[in-house]
Amino acid sequence: MERPLGEATRDTYGRVLEELGAKNPNIVVLDADLSSSTRTAKFAAKYPDRFFNFGIAEANMVSAAGGFALAGKLPFISSFAVFLLCKGFDQLRQSIAYPGLNVKVVVTHGGISIGEDGPSQMSVEDFALAVSLPGFVVIHPADQYAAYALLHQVAEDPRPCVVRLGRPKAPIVYSESDTFQIGKANQLRDGSDITLIANGLLVAEALDAAEILEKQGVQARVLDMHTIKPIDEEAIARAARETGAIVTAEEHLITGGLGAMVAQAVARTHPVPMEFVGIKDTYAESGTPRQLLERYGLVAADIVRAAEKALARKPQNG
Amino acid sequence: MRKTEAPDYRYLAELAREARRHVLKMIHAAGSGHPGGSLSSLDVLVTLYFHEMRHDPKNPDDPDRDRFILSKGHGVPALYTVMAMSGYFDVSLLQTLRKLDSPLQGHPDKRKLPALEASTGSLGQGLSIGIGMALALKLDGRDARVYVMLGDGECDEGQVWEAAMFAGNRGAQLNNLCAIVDANGAQLDGYTKDIMPLEPFADKWRAFNWNVLEIDGHSYPEIVEAFQKARACKTAPTVIIARTVKGKGVSFMEAAGAKYHGVAPTDEELERALAELEAE
Repeated sequence: MERPLGEATRDTYGRVLEELGAKNPNIVVLDADLSSSTRTAKFAAKYPDRFFNFGIAEANMVSAAGGFALAGKLPFISSFAVFLLCKGFDQLRQSIAYPGLNVKVVVTHGGISIGEDGPSQMSVEDFALAVSLPGFVVIHPADQYAAYALLHQVAEDPRPCVVRLGRPKAPIVYSESDTFQIGKANQLRDGSDITLIANGLLVAEALDAAEILEKQGVQARVLDMHTIKPIDEEAIARAARETGAIVTAEEHLITGGLGAMVAQAVARTHPVPMEFVGIKDTYAESGTPRQLLERYGLVAADIVRAAEKALARKPQNG
Repeated sequence: MRKTEAPDYRYLAELAREARRHVLKMIHAAGSGHPGGSLSSLDVLVTLYFHEMRHDPKNPDDPDRDRFILSKGHGVPALYTVMAMSGYFDVSLLQTLRKLDSPLQGHPDKRKLPALEASTGSLGQGLSIGIGMALALKLDGRDARVYVMLGDGECDEGQVWEAAMFAGNRGAQLNNLCAIVDANGAQLDGYTKDIMPLEPFADKWRAFNWNVLEIDGHSYPEIVEAFQKARACKTAPTVIIARTVKGKGVSFMEAAGAKYHGVAPTDEELERALAELEAE
């Protein structure tokens, strides 16, 4: 189904940072020579004294954010997801997670939908890294409305957070009046046969998949699991109990991300057949975002196929 | 507190001798730890905590306090000792080093000991943390200073030079930042000159636009003067390259090079070392 495209969630970030800058004089923003891409440049132009460009040196930036937090500031640090999480990981671990400091790690250009730049710039392992940091909240909004609301909540939350945002314009799945809560899944469609749990761009694909499944007589519930950690175990348990099968869909490796987090919750609460839509133990390539989502199995048709597999594994009790 | 009166070098030396005894006893009691680099850093640490820094153990959250970050986290027995002797906690706690439930973790852990300014241990991060703190203090208009001690072996880490480049380029904005390199010439696998030579070390820092001072890290007049000069420099951050001796104060450790980087003294070695430090 055709959905209207909204702004890219990184553009939402640029807007939100400007608002936050006016609201909270304690916020400082750090970037590593990508401010025009991450959209922190808007904050930089408005609040130059509170913006620090670290050059192409992520490790230094991440640890310095720890120093700012120790001295009472609220740092927002940004770069591409792959660079900040991968190059800055030991620093995220020791300078932020281990002392438990309130630093907001907002990364853009998540997943493979950055397109033409190719795999060296794509993050497919960032959820796995982020969820492994003790005490961190990990969020991946689906569209501009989700990003707007969740980024404002992130600024008020006392915990360290990773927020993954995207490069391309994101299809609209929400409206301005929708509400969000960190750690609480949004149910976008009810169904009794299976639950599709997605985040980011894959939420729109899951909604499309649900419509295709409906034509086949399958009623699919769709959950936007924008918060990967802490995961909404209650919504997952209810979905498992009430629908008996689950498919997860994410723009990430199927190891260590949303699917793995949901599977843990399902195994703990109410085991049911599960299938996983995501990138399968590989790196992607250059192409348009749409071409790549199709080639790497991240579109509605892939979710439908996974749902059929999961449904076939559902126990038939009379 | 930061002292303006003439320093009492003899008093500082006396404190350092007592501190060295504590360091050896606590590492011996723990059965593991890093005596070499703890002993090499102690004269600088004693000068910082008992002469140079503005700090008050009774008011550890004072926003105007000077901050000290031990980037070479493995040298923490020396830091715990000067903190205890300053009054941050009871000296008897030193004997709990590295034991389960002790606030004195094997490497600095701010969660367990909030009076520490930062958690460190994975090398290369302290100077960057110091940069963030120093910039935040400037934003708030505070005149507090930030001191960061690195090891010379630690300077193998690329992040140290990311931080050096950043801070040097900030010039006067980071004149409240003072790095001290405890250049004891040895790291875990051997002498620094063999593992990863750093020379021309001072030139490297100069090339990154730092105010560079090189001193004998066991000479109190030189240490005190270097901190004065660092404070007086308004145009750039300062690095004090403190040439030190690994295992300083214990003859057989001084002679052993890298051997006592990460090995606790045996019962017999502790006895000999303490006897030397008593006899001085």
